[in-house]
Amino acid sequence: MRDVAVVGFAQRQMKDFDGSPSMAELLVPILAECYEQTGWAKKDIGFWCSGSSDYLAGRSFSFVSAIDAIGVLPPVNESHVEMDAAWALYEAWIKIQTGEVDTALVFGFGKASAGVLRRTLTLQLDPYTMTPLWPDTVSLAALQARLGLDAGLWDESAMAEVVNRSLTDAEKNEYAVRAGGSSVDELLARPMFADPLRKHDCAPVTDGAAAIVLAAGDRAREANQRPAWITGIAHSSDGLHLGTRDLTVSGSAARAAAAVGGTEGVQVAELHAPFSHQELVLRSALGLGEDVAISPSGGALAANPMFSAGAIRIGEAARRIWDGSADKVLGHATSGPALQQNLVCVMEAQENGRAK
Amino acid sequence: MTVAFDYTRSTGPVIGRFLTGLRDATIVGGRLSDGRVAVPPPEYDPVGHQAVTEFVDLPDTGTVTSWTWVSEPVAGQPFDKPFAYALITVDGADTPWLHAVEVASPDDIETGMKVRAKWAEERTGSVTDLVFVPDSVGLDTPPPSGSGGSTSDEVGLIVTPVSLDYHYAASPEESSFFRGLAEGRILGQRCPTCRKVYVPPRGACPTDGVPTSEEVELSHVGTVTTFCIVNVPFLGQRIKPPYVSAYVLLDGADIALQHLILDIPAEEVRMGMRVKAVWKPRDEWGTTIENISHFAPTGEPDADFDSYKHHL
Repeated sequence: MRDVAVVGFAQRQMKDFDGSPSMAELLVPILAECYEQTGWAKKDIGFWCSGSSDYLAGRSFSFVSAIDAIGVLPPVNESHVEMDAAWALYEAWIKIQTGEVDTALVFGFGKASAGVLRRTLTLQLDPYTMTPLWPDTVSLAALQARLGLDAGLWDESAMAEVVNRSLTDAEKNEYAVRAGGSSVDELLARPMFADPLRKHDCAPVTDGAAAIVLAAGDRAREANQRPAWITGIAHSSDGLHLGTRDLTVSGSAARAAAAVGGTEGVQVAELHAPFSHQELVLRSALGLGEDVAISPSGGALAANPMFSAGAIRIGEAARRIWDGSADKVLGHATSGPALQQNLVCVMEAQENGRAK
Repeated sequence: MTVAFDYTRSTGPVIGRFLTGLRDATIVGGRLSDGRVAVPPPEYDPVGHQAVTEFVDLPDTGTVTSWTWVSEPVAGQPFDKPFAYALITVDGADTPWLHAVEVASPDDIETGMKVRAKWAEERTGSVTDLVFVPDSVGLDTPPPSGSGGSTSDEVGLIVTPVSLDYHYAASPEESSFFRGLAEGRILGQRCPTCRKVYVPPRGACPTDGVPTSEEVELSHVGTVTTFCIVNVPFLGQRIKPPYVSAYVLLDGADIALQHLILDIPAEEVRMGMRVKAVWKPRDEWGTTIENISHFAPTGEPDADFDSYKHHL
């Protein structure tokens, strides 16, 4: 395996992006920031991969408009996934492993505010037995939350603690669209939105975009003084039918964690949990103990731009390696209803976790 | 802006069996390899991946396994008033089914509550052929039986309409383009690096990846670079085929604009033909490209191929 590291990361997150859903004008400064961090130019990037969805944009081929932001003459080596950019990062990591390229830039973007997000996401469900009922994402997460509450696996206080910690941490994140901790009691006094979920248990609808630069070996060292080396990356998915999987656990997250050799030694984990109880499910599935700092950026409850929030978790985790505050971190991304698909990316200060 | 489409989907033997059951007011489950009965029946076993071939007719009663209260319903949901979604384990089944329960408030539903189906009178073979109600609620009509449709054939095709609403915002560049059209002007923007002029203007130059900034007012006259004759009727078509849709390279622009070529028989349209914008009457103008009704021949001699060969 080639040693591949995260060496660049830029993001924008906002409540309401006043511009076109192809977001080219938002991506231009994000890509410029990546060039500045790495000292590279467009020609230094061997492979490009983006994550976005036309259902969110409400127009066809929106990802083609977005690549205007790259500038593609002469043509570039480019691909796209209809998934969070974390999965675009996975594709780019594999592309680098093939030896065809040494560097890659992945980006994701989405203007969720253009439609009614919880309704748009209904289109990711089984079109025969679910979509005709238009079950919205928030309702599906609420059904999952109650299963755990009824089973005694978590309680409302534990969910409120997740919210309080996230919104307190978010005060330090300039991109948070929701921030400001209070107390568990104050949070529990607020009204229900989708019983048993209150609005603060649900990630805010967020517009945004993000980009991450990957590089192999010496190219990584050239771009970043302390690269975040990817020592394990894996993703897994659970089945389509909600009824035939146990929603109180995440089999796919556990399988992804097992595939990267477990999470022992991880000091910081940025988890993509768009609903408060899902963080509790993920901590258990990923085997993260009390000593692991969870989502110091504020996580998805502070800002959750569709198609880049997962990649942002990887970028935020990588930054803890770059600034020397951690030696081993984890970035996680989710997609699909009720944590159906999960991706785990473990990064370390040393290639392959070897001591130098 | 509304984007809508009626998807027609074939059902196959498993989903078809399930939906035929619903049309006939019967809940059909499928037996999994471990002996459990799943509703709806999956086409393949989620663990062993074998095809599901054994079906079980089940009663239309069950138990709430989990529920949530939809305080603000969105379009398309089973009710336009607040209601509950629930995971319902049908009696005789082992896996829960996502469906809607009609109750007046969240105080009227709880985990473990018994519910039963309230069937629609007209049923088509869809999960929308029923909702659930508390078992304690008396139904006005006896439970139906037999086919609810005009035929007893298997449900082999279903139509699932999808309609999504968007607030489509224009980028700053698009805004100036549309505002220009409202004044009868065609505005493009020039890339500061390669000096190419784009119309409509874009968020960034696709060659250089830098924002375009300098505004350029363009001629209303241009050259047909390429075209097609539309012969195929389609939903929403406004002009009777055959007609011509073409790329028009306006004088001074580096990218062609797509528009209609009219006032000339379709078979006479050709590459290099010189055309001019035909505007609608001024009182019909808005901030839209439809202010230009179409392009029509100017009668000038055709442009040399060399003059537009780099813009094909």
